[in-house]
Amino acid sequence: MTGDTPRRRVLEVEHLKVEFPTRRGNLVAVDDVSFHINEGEVLGVVGESGAGKSLTGAAIIGLLEPPGRVAGGEIRLAGRRIDDLPYERMRRVRGREIGMVFQDPLTSLNPLYTIGRQLVETLQTHGSFSEQAARRRAIELLGEVGIPSPRQRVDQFPHQFSGGMRQRVVIALALCANPRLIIADEPTTALDVSIQAQIITLLKRLCREHDAAVMLITHDMGVIAETADRVAVMYAGRLAEIGAVDDVIRRAKHPYTHGLMGSIPLIGDDTERLTQIEGAMPRLTEIPAGCAFNPRCPKAFERCRVERPELIPADGTAVACWLFDRSPSPGAAADG
Amino acid sequence: MAEPPHSAAATAPARPLLRVSDLAKFFDVSAPFLNRIVSGEGRTILRAVDGVSFEIPAGRTFSLVGESGCGKSTVARLVVGLYEPTRGHTEFDGVDIATLKTRRAQQSVRKRVQMIFQDPYASLNPRWRVRDIVAEPIRTHRLLDGERAIARRVGELLEQVRLSPADGEKFPHEFSGGQRQRISIARALASNPDFLVCDEPTSALDVSVQAQILNLMKDLQRDLGLTYLFISHDLAVVYHISDYVGVMYLGRLVEWAEARALFHAPQHPYTRMLLEAIPDLEMTGRSRKAVAGEVPSPIDRPPGCHFHPRCPFARARCATDAPAPRRRAGGEVACHAVAEGWPSAPAAAAGAEDDGGAAPPMPERSP
Repeated sequence: MTGDTPRRRVLEVEHLKVEFPTRRGNLVAVDDVSFHINEGEVLGVVGESGAGKSLTGAAIIGLLEPPGRVAGGEIRLAGRRIDDLPYERMRRVRGREIGMVFQDPLTSLNPLYTIGRQLVETLQTHGSFSEQAARRRAIELLGEVGIPSPRQRVDQFPHQFSGGMRQRVVIALALCANPRLIIADEPTTALDVSIQAQIITLLKRLCREHDAAVMLITHDMGVIAETADRVAVMYAGRLAEIGAVDDVIRRAKHPYTHGLMGSIPLIGDDTERLTQIEGAMPRLTEIPAGCAFNPRCPKAFERCRVERPELIPADGTAVACWLFDRSPSPGAAADG
Repeated sequence: MAEPPHSAAATAPARPLLRVSDLAKFFDVSAPFLNRIVSGEGRTILRAVDGVSFEIPAGRTFSLVGESGCGKSTVARLVVGLYEPTRGHTEFDGVDIATLKTRRAQQSVRKRVQMIFQDPYASLNPRWRVRDIVAEPIRTHRLLDGERAIARRVGELLEQVRLSPADGEKFPHEFSGGQRQRISIARALASNPDFLVCDEPTSALDVSVQAQILNLMKDLQRDLGLTYLFISHDLAVVYHISDYVGVMYLGRLVEWAEARALFHAPQHPYTRMLLEAIPDLEMTGRSRKAVAGEVPSPIDRPPGCHFHPRCPFARARCATDAPAPRRRAGGEVACHAVAEGWPSAPAAAAGAEDDGGAAPPMPERSP
């Protein structure tokens, strides 16, 4: 990474709120989430199921399943607001400026078309390519994402590819229009470990080479540790902590992040018992007052039960926890 | 803690509770008969498990790891008797299961072996109340008489997995994934088994919930003296829970060893590749060696050592001879390069010539 020129902010999300209207009132699935991603940077978004990480991604690309809707806040891509664009305009932003990689490569590819045809179609939709130029570029892209003998493979169908190779094709599709932002939602979850490593390496390399910003949504801390530059930890639709990957993983400040890190088994660590966070994440209908984590938090005190903490800067990272208000010391104690 | 009923051997040199030898399961995946006649092709046989041997001492955990399609789940199903083996033997507590001819004799083994499945959403009947789900093995094996005794036992079982007896009245959909997995465990424990086969029991769960289940499984093992066969693709989970670890590749066990010996001094090139591939928390900012190639289809396995096309040490011989398992520190490894000490191959660690039954000391390499 070069630190010479100040990096431009590709994506800015401010006070994003996603709601699902129901008969019993609005369910707030993403609540006041703010972050940004610079060019050439990978932001990891982690959290357990239901934390709102995928919904945040879906809100950014404008693909929230109705009745879900963006109920507040702003999303800006390269300085331009995109959360209020009409459907057709947004459709052009998607694909051209934002590339997407989803968990299951089979559902992202059309089983009836050769992958060459799918790539050519995407290239021609987003750029002025002749048929031949598009095909040449398609073969180039397949080579770039590490598919062996792309000249032969380009005319094959998705079922003729293995899981890892399909995910590479999906990444090639996402790269067609040279997007500024790539949103990858659990891109390695369906893959075996050895293939997972290949895909991670590929994503990281492409992000550097294309100077794209990557939002990597996953539940796998190992993948984050290896790939991300910064990490955002989500809990019950809110940001619990955000900061440089090393700070968050090694010196977790938020009690939730701390518990989460302790609950991950590590090779070489011979502790008998894993740290256990008691209970489970609350349902959207039952998010407690104050800090959403307070009923499970071993360090919760009076204020946590009444007042919701904002992100508080605490050496390098930002933490939504009252422990870090004014007094910076309890964090050190939290590391034990 | 009460003295566990079956764990007297846990401290003494443990007797094997389960021993499988040369276990194999082939599936016929041929095209329909007429299609074969028309196209003139022969039968297609998928060798899911092909000659796997290992044993599990009582009160210990043996894990099988490997990538999709390596046959680890098939081994689990063979062990509990959900599949008939094509070849080989399964010996449980000194008795060859194939020799049990009467239904009653089979039942006596069946109730001592239970299974926990991966998906707690699919493995619980959504129309049954939890108390009936947990009581099913008790009723099937006629372990208790009278509804009151059964209800009391179900309450105990639910408490054992840290649920409340009142939860018995609810239906599975009222529980989260982690709680459902606790219900599966309570059901598995209902027949007082001493052996549990756990097929990816935590891979559908979030990490914090996974930690709760892993801790619970360790507590139960300690309190009840359970023996586990644990199937997983997550190497960190396997390191945490296992006493012994076996690595499978395309239907064969390529290496097994005492858990720490395997992770700290992996010998088979495939094991080393797998360990290299795991993303871990220490990797921040470092770049990794990319792993080459993919697992071939189990229908079309390479001859000789199945791993040879991806192996950096492979020589001509690997493409023709399948290597036999040889003794390694704390276990066995099947690799020509290791056995014969080919240059740049991992050195056969001390203990290669040690044929004694006792596990050799831990290798010195630090984590």
